[in-house]
Order: sequence, then C-alpha cells, then structure tokens
Amino acid sequence: MKILYILTGLGVLAMLAEIFRFKKFLFPKVLLGLLLAIAAAVWDWNTNIHYYNNMLTFDNYALLFSIVICATAFLWVLSSQDFFSNASNQTDYYALSLFALCGAVIMVSYTNLLMLFLGIEILSIPIYVLAGSRKDDLSSNESALKYFLMGAFATGFLLFGITLVYGACGTFDLGVLGTYIGSPESITSWRGPGGETLLFAGILLILIGMSFKVAAVPFHFWTPDVYQGAPTPVTAFMSTIVKTAAFAAFLRLFMSCFVGYASLWNDIIWTLAALSILLGNITAVYQSNVKRMLAYSGISHAGYMMLAILTSGDMSSGAVLYYSAAYSVASIGAFAVLAIVEQHTPSLPSPKGKEEGVQPSPFGTAGGRERSSGGGGIDSFTGLSKRNPLLAFSMTISMLSLAGIPPLAGFFGKYYLFSSALQSGYVWLVLIAVLGSLIGVYYYLKVIIKIYSPPQPSQRDGDESSKLLSFGQPKVASEALGWSITILIFLTIALSLLLGIFPDLIIRLI
Amino acid sequence: MITLLLILFPILAGLLVLVSGNALAKKIAFSASIIELAISAFALSQFRINDTAQFMCNAPWIPSLGIHFKVAMDGISILLVLLTTVLVPLIILSRPSPTLPEGKGALSPSGRVGEGSFYFMVLFMQSALIGVFTSMDGFLFYIFWELALIPIWFICLLWGGEDRARITFKFFAYTLAGSLLMLVALVYVYLQTPLSLGEGPGVRSFDIQSLYEAGASLSSAEQTWIFWALFIAFAIKMPVFPFHTWQPDTYTNAPTQGTMLLSGIMLKMGTYGLIRWLLPMAPLGVQEWGNTAMILSIVGILYASVIAIMQKDFKRLIAYSSIAHVGLISAGIFSLTVQGLQGGMMQMLAHGINVVGLFFVVDILFNRTNTSEIPKLGGIRNITPWFATLFMVVLLGSVALPLTNGFVGEFLLLNGIYQYDAGMAAFAGLTVILGAVYMFRGYQKIMLGETNSLTSAFTDLTFNEKAVLIPIVILIIAMGVYPKPVLDIAEPAVMRILNIIHP
Repeated sequence: MKILYILTGLGVLAMLAEIFRFKKFLFPKVLLGLLLAIAAAVWDWNTNIHYYNNMLTFDNYALLFSIVICATAFLWVLSSQDFFSNASNQTDYYALSLFALCGAVIMVSYTNLLMLFLGIEILSIPIYVLAGSRKDDLSSNESALKYFLMGAFATGFLLFGITLVYGACGTFDLGVLGTYIGSPESITSWRGPGGETLLFAGILLILIGMSFKVAAVPFHFWTPDVYQGAPTPVTAFMSTIVKTAAFAAFLRLFMSCFVGYASLWNDIIWTLAALSILLGNITAVYQSNVKRMLAYSGISHAGYMMLAILTSGDMSSGAVLYYSAAYSVASIGAFAVLAIVEQHTPSLPSPKGKEEGVQPSPFGTAGGRERSSGGGGIDSFTGLSKRNPLLAFSMTISMLSLAGIPPLAGFFGKYYLFSSALQSGYVWLVLIAVLGSLIGVYYYLKVIIKIYSPPQPSQRDGDESSKLLSFGQPKVASEALGWSITILIFLTIALSLLLGIFPDLIIRLI
Repeated sequence: MITLLLILFPILAGLLVLVSGNALAKKIAFSASIIELAISAFALSQFRINDTAQFMCNAPWIPSLGIHFKVAMDGISILLVLLTTVLVPLIILSRPSPTLPEGKGALSPSGRVGEGSFYFMVLFMQSALIGVFTSMDGFLFYIFWELALIPIWFICLLWGGEDRARITFKFFAYTLAGSLLMLVALVYVYLQTPLSLGEGPGVRSFDIQSLYEAGASLSSAEQTWIFWALFIAFAIKMPVFPFHTWQPDTYTNAPTQGTMLLSGIMLKMGTYGLIRWLLPMAPLGVQEWGNTAMILSIVGILYASVIAIMQKDFKRLIAYSSIAHVGLISAGIFSLTVQGLQGGMMQMLAHGINVVGLFFVVDILFNRTNTSEIPKLGGIRNITPWFATLFMVVLLGSVALPLTNGFVGEFLLLNGIYQYDAGMAAFAGLTVILGAVYMFRGYQKIMLGETNSLTSAFTDLTFNEKAVLIPIVILIIAMGVYPKPVLDIAEPAVMRILNIIHP
C-alpha cells in the first residue's frame, strides 16, 4: 500500500511543480520517488495485508508485480527524458504517467472486481491523453481517439461481465467468488437454474474485455495504429507497463477465481493464444515500420504469455512475472533506441500533393500507411552500427532478447513459459509457439541485419539526386546521447544478461 | 576446475581483445589461444584413460528447475576440446593482418566492424564450443549450443561476401529451427525424470544421467519422436542430406576463418550430439530408425560427391566434400559398432584438421589471384614448391590415403558400416573413389598444367602461411602413422555409450 501512497504523492508533487515552479528538478525527483516506491514494496515483503474491507491485498504476487512495474517505469522515465523536457507542459506528462502507474499497481493488487475496474480506468485514462499529447500531429490524435474508443468498448464488455458475475454470485470479492465457483450448487440454489448461465456469460465477457486490454488476436486491431501514432515513449509505456499490469490482473482473476470453470474457457484461451502467436508473428514479418513491427510482435508476446493463463499452475505466476520483466526490459531498450533514431531522421514531407510523386520514400509501403511522423522505417536503421555503435549494440541485444536467443532474458522467459505448458500437456500449442518464435526471429534479425549493413552506395554519393534519397541516413553521433540514455542503455543490456543468466533471482521469489 | 577454466578463459581473453584496439587484437587473441592450447594439453596430461567423466565442475545454477552448471570431460569430450584448442590458434593465425584503417574505435570507415570484434567473436565461439563438448547437463548443453551460433552468425554477417544478409539468415533460421526442436525434445525427456524428494515441491533434473535413464524408459513411440527431433537438430548442424541446403552457400559466402570454424569445429557439434545425446537418450528410437538415418547419410555421401565433381568453384567443391565426409561419419555412428563409433571419433578429428587446411589453401589461392574458380587457375606448382607440397599432403589426408589421418577414420567407419550391412558399405565406400576423383581433378587443374596470366605472379607461401600449414601437415601424418593414442583415449567412453544401447 505504501507504494500506492508514494506514487500518488509523486503525481501530486508533479502537478504542484507547475504551480510552484520547480520543474527543473522534477526529473531526478521522479526517478528517486520510483526507487523509493520499489524500496517500499520490498519493505512490505511477506506482510500480506488487506486494505479497505479486502478491496486490495498486497500479497507477494502484488508486490512483485508492483516492483516490476515501478522498475520498468524507472527505466522508462530514464529513456524518455527528451519527451518530458521538450514538452511545454512537462509537469502534466509526469503527473499523468505517475497516475497511470497508480492504476497499474491497483490492477496487480485488487481482490475485488470493482477495484479491477477502477484500476483499469485509472491506468487507461491518462494513457488516452498521453497518446494524443502531440497535439499538432494528426496521427497522434488518431491514435488517442482510436485507443479511447477501443478502450471504452473493451471496458464496456468488462463491466458488463462483472455485472453478470455479480448477478450470479452476489459478490465482487475474489475470495468469495472463488468458493461460489468451486461449488456450482450454491449458485443454483441462490439464483435458481439460470444462475450458472449468468456466470458463464459473465466470465466470457470478462475474458473478452481482458483480451482487448492485452491485445490478443482477434481483439488486437487497435494496437498497430495506436502504437504507431502515439509518441514513441508513450508507445513504450503502453507496450510494457500496461501489458504487464493487464497480464497480472488477467492471471490473478483466472488463476485464483475462475479456475473452477477452466473447462469453459480453456479452449477459448488456447485458440486466442495460438491465433495471437501465429497472426502476430506472421503479420510482423510484413511490416516495414519498426514501431508497427514491435506492435505486432507485442501481440505475439501476449500470445506466449497466455500460455501461462492456460496452465494456471504453480509455475504460471512466476512465468508471467519473469516474462513480463524480460519483455519490458528488452522493449524499453528497443523503444529508446527507436526514439533516438526517429528524432534524427528528418520526417518526411506529409504524403500529400505532388511532393509524394517526386520523392521516393525510403519506407516501404507494405502493411503500414505512410504517415507524416514517418520516422522509424526499418531503413532508418541502415548503417546504425557505423553511426553509433553503442545504440547499435543495445538494439541488437534487445532484438536478440525479444527473439528469445540464449543467454538473454527473453530466452529463459520463453523457455519457462513453454516448459510449464508442456508440463500441463499442451504439446501442440507449444509446437505452435515454437514455430511462432521461429518466425519471430526473422523480423528481429531483419533489424539487426539492417543495423550492420553499410549504407547503400547511392546514399553515400554526394550528388544532388542521391541527397534526395538520403532521408534514411541521418547522423546520430554518440555525443548526442544524454547521460540518462547512456545509463539506460547500459542498464537494459546488463539486466537482459543478468536476468538471462541468473533467472533464479526472480522465479524463486514467487 | 580445469574444464571451467577452459570455458571461461577464451571469453575473458576475448573481452581483453575487444578493449585492446585493432592493432594489438591479433597478437593478444593468438597468445590467448596458445595459452588455451597449453591448458588443454595440461588437461590431457592429467587425463586418466577410463570411462569416467573427469575434471568435473558441478554447481547449482537454477536450482528450482534442477538445472546445474555441470561440465566434465570424458574421452570423447577431451578429444573434441583438443581439436578446438588446436584449430583456433591456426584459424586466428590464418587471418591476414589487415592494412589498418585510420578510424578509431571499433568501426572502420567502411562501416564494417573492426578486427578486435572479429577476434572477440572467434574466442567467444571457442568458449561456447568447449562448453558444448563438456556440458553434462541438458539445459546447459542447449545454452552453449545456441551461444555458439551467435558469434559465427555475426562473423558471417559482418565479414561475409556479397549476398550475406540473405545467406546468413537462411543459415540462422535453419540451425535455430533445429535447435528449438532439440529443446522441445530435451524438455520432454526432462519432464519424465523423477521428482527428487526433499523439502518443498520436488525438482526434476536436467542431469545427463537422469536424462539417459528417463529417455530409455520411454515407450518406443515416444522415443521415435525424440529420435527425430534430435536427429533433425544434429543433422542440420552437420549437415546430413536433406538438411544441408544452407551449407554450400554459407561456407562459400562466409569469410575463410568463419568457414574454418563452421566446418572444422562447429560441424562436430552435430556428430558429437549424435554420440553423446541421441544414442543413449533414445536407444529404442535408434534401433528402429537408425537404419533410415544411415540411408539418408549414405544418400548424402553420394549426392554431395557427385555435385562436388561438377563444381567449378574450389571453395564450393570443398563445401560439398564436407557433406560427403560428414555423411560417412554419421552413417558409421548409426552402425552402432565399436569400429563405427571409434572411426567416427577419429574422422571427426581428421576431418576438422584437413578441412581447415583445405579452406586455408582456398584462401591462399583467393588472396593471390582473386578467384577460386578451378578453370581459371593452373600451373601453380611450377613456381611454388612449398605450396604445392603442403597442399598435396592436405589433399591426400582428405582423400584418405594410407598413412594419413583420413585413412584411419574412413577405414574404421567403413568397417563398422560393413558389419552392419555389407550393401550399405559398398555404397558408402564409393566416397573414397569419388573423393579421389574430385580432389585430384581439382588439384590437377589448379596446380598442374600451363601457368597462365593469372597465376604467373603467384608467390610462394609466406612465413605466416607456412606456420599454419606445416602444423596441419604434421598432424595429418602423425595421426595417420600412429593413431593409437587417439583411439585409446576414446575407447572407454565409446564403450560406455554402446553399453547403454546394447545392455
């Protein structure tokens, strides 16, 4: 609970900073506050306290996920210093993201369906705003609107599901719900014969709502556009912190509460996982924009993590925890590099009018639409190893980790998920997942190959015609990196290696 | 402890190379590899010839999953470790010192990564390879197996030829697909190991002995499954027909040192995997399907030999000849006879040494004439006595002339296959004849005949080049004349594996 107080306090502090004009030192203060929040969570370890009539419970599960979320947020803040400091209203951004973090912490610690709903809303609403924070950019606005509409839609499903479950059981409390679900007779006796149907419908609607939140196929359509349109740091937030929180909530609900009806939702989750893995990976192959590619790959990672919900065994919370930590570290690293590369890529003239005909675009059109904020095409990574070896190395590590190559963290995460699924007898699904990660290797390697391939000859020539083509060849010098980014890069590399080589550091905690 | 030292030393030295700058890189890397060779020689001197795994280093790594960092060496392991430690200095030495670019840091102005990174990758690879050959834990074995792939992929990607992006991708995808299959099979067997008793939830074990026992206790249908998953993984690495399609392109396109690493050492990961993991873990599967695997291997021998005869490019020719040789090793191993396995061990070492020599010859040809196309060359023998002689000996070793190392291995292998099935031995034996055809024709067209405009300026070997080829030639002859020590070291370990299959 202390962690929640600290985060809220920090958010308020950020807002006060605008009034009392101490914006300048906000960045280190937020970093410090996040560390403090982590320390508070460690302090609470093994206490297992219930708050507000059992609305929230900070058991070890909640604390561990809170720590992962705050640690990710720490890395995220480090990576997005530019995003904050370049904005005219940076205090608002800080406050919004800190309040979103509060929502995330509530989502991992709820023991009451109402708190789940509140947590999701507290998390989502600031993100809707942040997604649209680049006000004069059309695609940022589009992203915010799409995210808002889809988010509201999903919340509708979720809320309706919660209502039906309440109707069937007469309670929002997870513990009580669990006992009801454990004995279907009690529902029938309380509600009459229709009670069980209500419960079924409720569970399925909640399942749909959660699937929207974690972006599992076929509820994923909003992701690519939202991810691509939003400012890159916000995308990083969405794909790491939001995903971790959503999965922790998803798992908590289904593992502790709905597991009694596993036969009802097992096949559905099986299908969702298989579809997410296959479609996510296959579609990502065709993306030429790295941000879109990461969006689709995020869908496939959601698919892998659904394996843990399916198995719902002793190993699954550890598996999701480890996987989300590994995935978050690698993603933050990747998005940080992407943001820098994007910044140094002169944005294309908006694809309107005759300019479009004159200037061939270095970004392919397959899969993605041309956008005015069009940096981040895969070609802008060409020759990055020459321009900035550190960035290149960091991106390589992130990509290899996401692809699941040992000894990086991503590998062990996958290994742990797959072996727990294998243990529960889902051989075919594991084979599909293995196939999916094999496809995944293709697009991750594509980025690495681009990074290490020399610029095209036409782009190196100095003549006029090739200058027009050289949009993908910006200069990114090491000197341009701020201290926070340098620290971040070393941290993500170190964490990817450390978690990968000593996975026991995390998995034995839960 | 010495095993751990063998694994860690190269990677640490590699880091030193990385920070030392391009000018010193080669010297440091070479000294490190010589020290590594000395360490392995010391290990050999301490090695007692019996069937136990020695120099064991065993520490819990991921205790909650029963994964240990367990490395040790028995007769099979130590021979392959020695092969690695002997070849890596030669491979490092064989790389010409580049005319240093004026750029500083890890990157040269051409956009390629500098020499320091190259030697780092080679030493990194050496660590991983030694790890593969000494792991006595299934999970650890997999980690090293994958680790070995990363440096060689970067070597091919960063220093490869024209079409490297496509070719290295194919290579990576093939081998990764194989290793994922292997991982699934290993985990499947792991899940059959008994839960250890103790406090808290029981823990299964990835220990090699538990995996052997769990694998052997599976039903025949399950073992078939395990057999194919592992066989495909190893077959891709070796490569055995029909999983070889990545190999000729990759070998041709990779920089010479990369090709040497791939063919000289990395290929042995596959054959080693067959002996160490496949045979004992799925004995019923081997008995049921070993025949099919042998047929595939022998088809591969004939197919690759015939294609090798038709090759115009000498580097490609050697790539195909490598498929033929490794096919014979694989067939010999699946004969499940002492001679077959012993021959396999012998031939692994012999092939490693010979193929590195051959690829170095190609490199010399290419550096001097800018081509490795056989028809364009000719008459080099007339002007370069050293090169002609040393090339000839390496060639003889490769075609298995008696008193060279190739002969011992091939003889034992064919003997083993003959005991299994005489008809198969007849087909497999064709490799000797076909091998002689393509190798000697290659030699004839490159070295004999009239000196043409391209080859007239061909200079004889430099000191550096002699320093690489002469040790190879000495090894070829020494192992051919007196192979007994090698066979003695391998025998107890081989017998132990065979005893698991035929109790």
